[in-house]
Amino acid sequence: MAAIIEKIITTDEIKTDEYLVNIGPQHPSTHGVLRLLTKLEGEIVHNVEPHIGYIHSGIEKMTEALSYPQIVHLTDRMDYLSAHMNNEAVCLCVENALQVEVPERVKYIRTIFDELQRLASHQLWWCASGMDLGALTAFFYGLRDREDILDIFEETCGARLTLNYSVPGGVMFDIHPNFQKNVKAFITKFRKKLPEYDKLLTDNIIFQNRTKGIGILSKEDAIAYGVTGPSGRASGFSCDVRKHHPYSAYPYIKFDEKMGTEGDSFTRWKLRMDEMWESMNIIEQLIDNIPEGDFAVKMKGVIKLPEGEFYQRVETARGEFGVYIVSDGKKNPYRVKFRSPGFSNLFTINHIAKGWKIADLVAIMATFDLVIPDIDR
Amino acid sequence: MKSFFNYIAEIFSGIWTLLTGMKITAKYFFTPWRNVTQQYPENRDTLVMYERFRGEVIMPHNENNEHKCTGCGLCENACPNGSIEIISKSIVNEEGKKKRIIDQHIYHLGMCTFCNLCVRACPSDAIVMGQKFEHAHWDRSTFTKVLNQPGSKIMEGIKE
Repeated sequence: MAAIIEKIITTDEIKTDEYLVNIGPQHPSTHGVLRLLTKLEGEIVHNVEPHIGYIHSGIEKMTEALSYPQIVHLTDRMDYLSAHMNNEAVCLCVENALQVEVPERVKYIRTIFDELQRLASHQLWWCASGMDLGALTAFFYGLRDREDILDIFEETCGARLTLNYSVPGGVMFDIHPNFQKNVKAFITKFRKKLPEYDKLLTDNIIFQNRTKGIGILSKEDAIAYGVTGPSGRASGFSCDVRKHHPYSAYPYIKFDEKMGTEGDSFTRWKLRMDEMWESMNIIEQLIDNIPEGDFAVKMKGVIKLPEGEFYQRVETARGEFGVYIVSDGKKNPYRVKFRSPGFSNLFTINHIAKGWKIADLVAIMATFDLVIPDIDR
Repeated sequence: MKSFFNYIAEIFSGIWTLLTGMKITAKYFFTPWRNVTQQYPENRDTLVMYERFRGEVIMPHNENNEHKCTGCGLCENACPNGSIEIISKSIVNEEGKKKRIIDQHIYHLGMCTFCNLCVRACPSDAIVMGQKFEHAHWDRSTFTKVLNQPGSKIMEGIKE
């Protein structure tokens, strides 16, 4: 009897049945309404099929009925953690089409807001992915520090999340008199807080064992799948739009494009932590040198773009965000296409999660920093 | 043997990194004044929002129940989601001229995204963003508001 059992166990033909598990649409680690149809054998992931569209809001179609200043506020709702970068992309696209030169002051303000927004986004990413990997304390600490940035936003533009601060031709309000003081105070404070993040989570052995060497994305695959942003740069794909196609005040400043080589979950993690340091450096270069001047140029009441096609890309906290406007000379666009970074980043998940355990799939999703409305639009 | 020592070393370094992390949590546990939590519903009396805070659209009236709205409809045009409706009426003024004035400035709070475009569009600064943010209500119909108060009229000297 024992011999028969031993024979069965050693034969390769015996296999557990493959079975399908739905992760989501309502699951805490999918950060929204993303549904992953996962084919498992035991704990091993064999196939991941992302099903999207649960929060599809038809923003691209809605823009066809709106005028250009009105489009801007809709882009807040796509990647709500990079709201200001999205706004800026539309504004830059309209300004380039009309060949309007915005004042230097606007460029500086926009760039500072970009970097503050990137910090806020990475803070939320840090705390939420900590929670995905089982570190609940991280969640509270990240949100606590993000609150300072949101207060700075609220003081200057009146909103915390859906900023709608950029308008074609400039920004909506001039910066608040306390803005520079508060930003400097925040940077000083956060420079002390950020090493705590590392001590709390990045240096932790349990955390490192869960992320090091997990979910490797090679450079070739990153390019082939169009993975941009920190996730692409962790694989060694130099894709920073701020560096390669500088816009706003990025040409005036010195900063490093942080790069990784290994492309595993830990590198993606570490790269975002490094980006936070770099963002603070960028803000410090700009905050004292905001030139005097107008905060917006006077635009016409009804903005009409010339006939043609216009494209503008910016670097959001998740990667390259592109706005493609086809205009037929009327006050509404004929067609608008948004290239969102989350969409391309998500669809590598089948490629890199194959063969890993289901808990590693959560780690991979966490380090890819998915925002679902950005994917569904 | 070497792998055994590595295993033991990993356990100890694991405990050490755990303690490093717990040092930080302990620091905040024993220094609760560093906490930033606002006791929100209790601190209503002292809670002050930032002056530019976008809570709702309001139309300020002065003590004589006068507002600045001319009923030009620019805010209605600027609104991306149709939350503003302007209903105007025509009256005959003292000089016997026909004149259009605002009858009702209807604001649908439930549709508003607080984008501030209407306030930007207003040429006479008649509408501003208010500070109130506690909008939850049992009845949806209360979200439709008429911004100009009953019996109010336009201020003197507002260019039309």
